[in-house]
Amino acid sequence: MSKFKKKKKGMPGISTASLPDIVFMLLFFFMVTTVMRETEMKIKKPQLPKATEVQKLEKKSLVSYIYVGKSKDGSVKGDQIQLNDKVSSVDQVPAFIFQVRSKHSESDIPKLTTSIKADVDANVGTITDIKQKLRDVNALKINYSTLKGSAFDNLKN
Amino acid sequence: MARRDTPEINAGSMADIAFLLLIFFLVTTTMDIDTGISRKLPEKQPEDVEPPVLKMKNVFEVNINRRNEILVEGDQYMQIEELREAAKKFIDNGGGTAEALANENLKVCSWCEGAKDPESSDHPKKAIISLQSDRGTSYATYIAVQNELVGAYNELRDRYANKKYGRDFDKLTSEQQKEIKTEIYPQIISEAEPTK
Repeated sequence: MSKFKKKKKGMPGISTASLPDIVFMLLFFFMVTTVMRETEMKIKKPQLPKATEVQKLEKKSLVSYIYVGKSKDGSVKGDQIQLNDKVSSVDQVPAFIFQVRSKHSESDIPKLTTSIKADVDANVGTITDIKQKLRDVNALKINYSTLKGSAFDNLKN
Repeated sequence: MARRDTPEINAGSMADIAFLLLIFFLVTTTMDIDTGISRKLPEKQPEDVEPPVLKMKNVFEVNINRRNEILVEGDQYMQIEELREAAKKFIDNGGGTAEALANENLKVCSWCEGAKDPESSDHPKKAIISLQSDRGTSYATYIAVQNELVGAYNELRDRYANKKYGRDFDKLTSEQQKEIKTEIYPQIISEAEPTK
C-alpha cells in the first residue's frame, strides 16, 4: 500500500540561487552611475533659485563650477566664492579658468561651460564681477544653475 | 589512497556582501542632472568702439533696483508676473513699415501677431531687450527676470513652430530650430553694467 501513499504536497520553496546575480546587476548599475562629489563645500551650500526655462547641462566633463554663497559660520559678511576646494576672491577666477583649460584639449576649449551655482540671497554685484572676469579670459559660455520650479517662488520668502 | 577533494567555497553569503555594497552605492548616488539657464556672454569690446545707434522704440528697457523692484521702459512699475506678457508684446509687435525695413534688408514681420504699434519695436530681429540691475539686487529676482525674458522668447518660438510645423520648438530638427533662432525670433538680451 505504501507504494500508492500520496505524497504530501507543500509549497515549493522559491529558489534564491539567482539572487546574488540580480543584486550584482543592480550593484554594477549603481557603481557605474554614481558620481562621487569631487569638491567639498567650504562655504554654506548655496540654495539654488528656481526657474522654468531651464536647459540640461550635457557633457559633465566640460563643465566647471563656481560656487557663490555665504560663509559657513557666518563670520564673514557678504558673498563668498568657492573655486575647486578653496574659498577664493574674484581675482582668482581667470587662473581657475586657465587651470581648467589646461586639462582639456584645444578643440574642447570653446565648448567649456562655466556653471555658476549661486545662492538665492547672493548679490548681483558678485555675479557681475565673476562674469566680467570670465569675459576677460573669453570664457563666454555660462550657465546659471537653477532647479526646476516656478521662478516666482524665489521671491516669496 | 583516497583522493581528497578540495572543499567548495560556500557562496551563500555572497548575496549579503553584494547587498551591503548595493545599499552603500544606493545611498551615495546622486541622480541629479544639472539644469540651468544658459547664456552667452558678449565678447570683450575694445574701449574705443562706438556703440551702435539704436532707435529707442526698438529697445525694451528693464531696470531692477536694489529693492528688487522692476521698472520697464523707464516709467512703468511692474510686477514680475506681468513681465513676460509685456516682453512678448514688445518682441512680437512688428510695427515697421515695408519702406522703413527695406533699408535694412528686412521684410515686414508677417508672422508677428502684435499690435503693430509704430511706437514699439519694428521687427523681432531689431527688438532688443536691455536689462540693467543694481549691484545690490538679489540673485533670486535677477534669475526670475532672466527666466521671464527667456520664457517670452521660448513662448513665441513655440507658437511659430506650432503654426508652421505643427510641433513644439524643441521637437523640430536642428535646421528648423536654427532658422527660428536666427531669422524669426532671435534672442537679443543685452545686459548693461549694473549701477553701483
